[in-house]
Amino acid sequence: MTRIIKYILFDMLRTRFILLYLGFLLLSTISMFMLDGDNAKVVLSLLNIVLLVVPLVSVIFTTIHFYNSYEFMEMMLSQPINRKTVFLSQYLAVILALSLALLVGVGLPIFLYGASGSALTLLYASLMLTFVFVSLAFLAAVFTRDKAKAIGVGLLFWFYFALIYDALLLWVVYQFADYPIERATLAMISFNPVDLARILMLLQLDISALMGYTGAFYKEFFGSNMGFVYSTAILLLWTLIPVTWSMRIFKRKDL
Amino acid sequence: MKSLLTILLTLCIPLLTFSQSTNGKVSQGASIQLAIDSAAPGDTLFIRAGKYLENNLLIQKPLTLIGLDYPTIDADGKGEIFIVAGKDVTIQGFKLINTGRSSVEDLAAIKGLDAHDITIRDNRFDNTFFAIHLSNTNRALIQNNHLKAEAEHEYQLGNGIHLWKCKRARILDNEVSGHRDGIYFEFVTNSTIERNQSVGNMRYGLHFMFSNENEYLENTFKNNGAGVAVMYSHGMKMRHNNFEDNWGTASYGLLLKDMRDSQIIGNRFTGNTIGIYMESTSRSTFEDNLFKQNGWGVKLQASCDDNSFSKNNFIANTFDFSTNGSLVLNKVNGNYWEKYQGYDLNKDGVGDVPFHPVSMFSVIVEKVPSAMMIYRSMLVTMLDKAEKVIPAMTPENLKDNCPSMKPYDLYRKSK
Repeated sequence: MTRIIKYILFDMLRTRFILLYLGFLLLSTISMFMLDGDNAKVVLSLLNIVLLVVPLVSVIFTTIHFYNSYEFMEMMLSQPINRKTVFLSQYLAVILALSLALLVGVGLPIFLYGASGSALTLLYASLMLTFVFVSLAFLAAVFTRDKAKAIGVGLLFWFYFALIYDALLLWVVYQFADYPIERATLAMISFNPVDLARILMLLQLDISALMGYTGAFYKEFFGSNMGFVYSTAILLLWTLIPVTWSMRIFKRKDL
Repeated sequence: MKSLLTILLTLCIPLLTFSQSTNGKVSQGASIQLAIDSAAPGDTLFIRAGKYLENNLLIQKPLTLIGLDYPTIDADGKGEIFIVAGKDVTIQGFKLINTGRSSVEDLAAIKGLDAHDITIRDNRFDNTFFAIHLSNTNRALIQNNHLKAEAEHEYQLGNGIHLWKCKRARILDNEVSGHRDGIYFEFVTNSTIERNQSVGNMRYGLHFMFSNENEYLENTFKNNGAGVAVMYSHGMKMRHNNFEDNWGTASYGLLLKDMRDSQIIGNRFTGNTIGIYMESTSRSTFEDNLFKQNGWGVKLQASCDDNSFSKNNFIANTFDFSTNGSLVLNKVNGNYWEKYQGYDLNKDGVGDVPFHPVSMFSVIVEKVPSAMMIYRSMLVTMLDKAEKVIPAMTPENLKDNCPSMKPYDLYRKSK
C-alpha cells in the first residue's frame, strides 16, 4: 500500500495543482505576516482564508484527482490487489498531499514568524477541515460516474457548509431567542464541520467574549478543555463516516 | 519667686509624664489586653514574636502597637481581634488570623470606630471575615498590608478593606485576595487608593458606593468577579490602573453606574469579558486608555450622556463598542481602532472616513446571545461589511469622525 501511495503522490506532484496551492498559501501567509506586525491580526485574516479556501480546494482537487485516476485505478484492480487497498491508498495520498501543502504553506511561515497558540490552532483546524472535505469529496465522487456532477455536488457541500448553514442557524437562533437554546445551538453546530473548526478558533481568539453572557452551560463547555475535545471528536466523526461509507460503495461498485 | 517656680514645676510634672511616652514589651504568654489597659496614652507597646490566643482587644486611647517579627494573634474563630475606638492608634507588624464569621455583625480583624488618624501598616491578615473595617474614621492610613481569605461562597466572606463614612483615607501598597470585595468604600470622600493589588476576589476588586471625590491610581485588579464597580458617585479620578482577566457572565473590568463628572485616564483593560460597562453615567472623560483583547471594549448603555472618549486604543477586542439603543449623546472622537480600514490621503495621521465602532453583529449578539456561536463565520463577515456600507441596524450617529491611523503611545505617557 505504501508503494501505491508513493506512486500516486509523485503523480499528483507532477500535475502542479498541489504546487500551485502550496504557492498560494505560502505567498498569502508570508505576505500577511510581512504586512502586519501583529500576529493576532494575521491569524484573523488567515482564518478567513482557511475557512473558505481549504474546503474549496480540498473538494475540487479531490474530485478532479479521483476522475483523472480512474483508468489507473482500473488498471490496479486488474492486478491481485483488493479494492480496499486501492481506495485507501488513493484517499491517504490525497490527504497526505493536501496536508503537506498546508503544513508547508501555512505552517512554515507560522513557525518562522513566531508560533502562538492561536496560530497553531489555526493550522490544526485547517488540517481537520482538509480531512473532512476530502472525505466528503470522495463520497460525492463514488456516487456518480459523471465528473461534472461530482464536482457540482462537492461545491454544493462547500457552499452549504460555508454559507447557507450559518444563515439557517442564525435564522433559527433568532426565531427561538426566547427559549433556552444553548444546547440546541451546540448540537446544530456539530452538523457543520466548518463551524466546528471555527469554534476551535473562537476558543482561542474570543474566549473572553465567550465567557460573557452565554449562560452557565457554555461557560462549562468553553471554560474547560471540553470545547476542544468535543470539536475534535465530532470533526473526526465527520472524516470517518463519509470515508467508510464511500469505501463500502467503492467496494461493490461496477467500475 | 521661689514659690512660683515650685508651683510651675508641680504643674509641669503631670504634663511631662503625659507627653513622655514609655515603651512596654509584651512576650508570649502575657496578655496583650492587660498591656493595653495599663499603658498610658501615647505609649508604644512592642509585642514579641509568638502566638497569642486573644480576641476583642479594645483600644480607647492613643497607642502605638508594634509587632516584632510578626507575632500571631489568633482569634480562634471567635469575635474580632483589635477594636479601636480612640484617636491616633498605630497597629504595625502583626499577623492576624481566624476571626469569627457572622451574617449579622461585621466581624473584622481590625475594626475602627471613630478611630481618627489610625495607621495600619505592614500587617498580614489570613482567614479573616472582614480584615480591616473602619467606620466614621478620618485620615486613616492603610499601608503595605497583605490580606488573604478563602471560602467557597460569597456569603462566607467579608470585604478586605471596608470603609464606611470616612474622609481623607489613604490606602497604599496593599495586596488583597480572596475576599468578597477587595476594597469597599461607602460614603467615603476625598480618599486615595494607590498601588494596591486586588486579585481573585469573589465580587469586586474595588467597590465604591455613594463615595465622591476619590481617586485611585496605579492599582491592579485581576481575576476578580468584576474589577472595579463605581456606583452613585461623582468626581472620581481613575488613573493608570490595570484591569486584567476579569472573566464571567456578569464580569467587567470597570462597572460605572449612576456616575458623573469623573475621569478615567491612562488605564489598561486587557482580557476582560467587558472592559467598561456604563449605565446612567454623565459628563465623564475617558482618555489614553488601552482596551486590548476584551470581549467587549466598552458597553455604553443608551442612558449615558455627555461622556467623551478620545485618544484611546482599541486593539484586538472581539467587539470594540456596543450599545443598546439608537440615541447617542456621547462623543467618541479621535481614538485608535485596530479594526479601522479607512485611508488617510493628506497624511495627517487622521483617517479621512469616519469609523463606526458598533458592528452589526454586536447588535445581534446583544439581542440573541447564542448567536455568538456563529461569530467570525463568512456569513457574519459579509453581513458586517454590508452593514458598514448601508447602516440599518447600528446607530448611525455613533461614529468616530477623526480616527487615528496609528495607535497612541500610551506607555510612554504613563511613565
